[in-house]
Amino acid sequence: MMEGFKLLVNTLAHPTIMLTAGMLVFLFFFPPNDWFEKWNRRLHLNFLWTKKGFYFVIILMVVFFLIGLTDPNFSLIIKKPDNVPIIGLIFFVFIFLWISMSQALKNDKLIDAGEKPEEYNDPEDKVLVWPDLVYIEFIALILCMSLLLIWSIGLDAPLEGPANPADSPNPSKAPWYFLGLQEMLVYFDPWLAGVVFPSLILFGLMSIPFLDTNPKGGGYYSYKQRRLAIPIFLFGWMILWVALIVIGTFLRGPNWNFFGPFEFWDLHKLVPLTNINLSEIIYIKWFSVGLPENILVREIFGFLIVFGYFLLLPPLLAKTAFKKLHQNLGNFKFGLFIFLLLFMLSLPIKMYLRWLFNLKYLIAIPEFFFNI
Amino acid sequence: MIMNEEGKKEQTVSGNELGQDSTPTKPTLKEKVGKKEASASIGKGTFEEEISRRSFFSWLTIAWITFSIATGAFFTMILRFMFPNVLFEPPQSFKVGYPKDYTVGQVDVRWKRKHGIWMVRNPEYIYALSTICTHLGCTPNWLLNEQKFKCPCHGSGFRKSGINFEGPAPRPLERFKILLADDGRILVDKTKIFQYEKGQWNDPESYLVV
Repeated sequence: MMEGFKLLVNTLAHPTIMLTAGMLVFLFFFPPNDWFEKWNRRLHLNFLWTKKGFYFVIILMVVFFLIGLTDPNFSLIIKKPDNVPIIGLIFFVFIFLWISMSQALKNDKLIDAGEKPEEYNDPEDKVLVWPDLVYIEFIALILCMSLLLIWSIGLDAPLEGPANPADSPNPSKAPWYFLGLQEMLVYFDPWLAGVVFPSLILFGLMSIPFLDTNPKGGGYYSYKQRRLAIPIFLFGWMILWVALIVIGTFLRGPNWNFFGPFEFWDLHKLVPLTNINLSEIIYIKWFSVGLPENILVREIFGFLIVFGYFLLLPPLLAKTAFKKLHQNLGNFKFGLFIFLLLFMLSLPIKMYLRWLFNLKYLIAIPEFFFNI
Repeated sequence: MIMNEEGKKEQTVSGNELGQDSTPTKPTLKEKVGKKEASASIGKGTFEEEISRRSFFSWLTIAWITFSIATGAFFTMILRFMFPNVLFEPPQSFKVGYPKDYTVGQVDVRWKRKHGIWMVRNPEYIYALSTICTHLGCTPNWLLNEQKFKCPCHGSGFRKSGINFEGPAPRPLERFKILLADDGRILVDKTKIFQYEKGQWNDPESYLVV
């Protein structure tokens, strides 16, 4: 029974299954359009944002980690001092998401009934800076300090031996907050995953006030009035950042192979894996001719795909799925929005290309350090 | 006092926004504060001295010049820090024993820690592979069972020849110049590298025929 459960979790934990399921489920929990919202209501998914749903998920997570503690392999990962913040992160991300979503749904109901959102009706909710707010902050400060003190006394810092460039620990993991970046680096050339993507994340976050011109939902929680903004942000945050950190923490083992949470970290786990570039697939596998000498001829298909993705998709989406948004935002703002969105989506797309087709790079020009 | 004003403002704005008259039944924040009579005012100190426009700008110029000098000096020191007086580095060319020390088909990991090379012998020749992953510079491990070099950082894999075949590494491992010294021992020179993607592995200096 227990073995079967562990085997099931190990199988489901494979990123292809977990991330696909995660993304599908995500759209139903955070419906971006009417169709998904219909199913959201039909499946009663908003149960999650009620008090019962809260306790249900918290208990489920606690039970999962308690079972994990009984497993020799998973308990090693859970108990590692490095990973404690991430277990905290899993709980806290859910708790804060629950607080905002439950409040948003309450407000949606009020707005539907023609009333003001709760935030407006409650002057008791406002406090004076001095003394009330300063006292609250002071108490929070003391609690945080004592928590950090207890934490630092109770758990030793996971220090290792003196650094040696000839000897990388196996697996070598980045600090927990960078594990999402490290996961990105598996699929992209360093200049993309290490420079372009992080810059675009910051740039994209900065451009939110410029792009999001929806005046509703300011000062109060609401889901219905921000049905596009919330799912897009949460997709980037929950799936492309938090989920990648969780994958990097719990599922990446020696030699950076995938391991199920209950799987033994076998140094010699054999993963048959040969990544090939798009040019090799097309010229060698399909056409059975050698790679052309000329670099541009060799990589022409990769260039076509990448340029098509960034140049053809935006006008196409402006005419179809995002027609209303395009009218509201105008050409420039919409162009910026769709460029950032497509860049964000290129990460999961590339991950799937790697997992499903062992595709290494769409454009591979190692001669000039240019790989996409 | 400040909080009081802002609270009041928010109250009226919110009332207008939702098209409802703002006559809350509970006491507003303003009323609550009013009872406490907080009447201290901020920012009403007396500035009697006149600061002329001209003197303000000359002070501003001096301030900016001083700031620029300080910042410039700071970055100069940082730049100087990049070039240490003494640099402890292992020798770039060294001897790694006789050709007969190496067995055909084996990857020799003896020199990995000290010199950062793997010596590989195949039936025809010996070559010296760099132990630096071409992705982000971690040190891969030689996995005997799988017959591959595997990087623990992002999972790049290299064949025995040094060719990359899995993970994100964009190009093969580099090879170093290798030659036979006068005393019959092998001399590896790390100052000269040979890259496969540039077709340099055909260079006779990149391997040692035995």
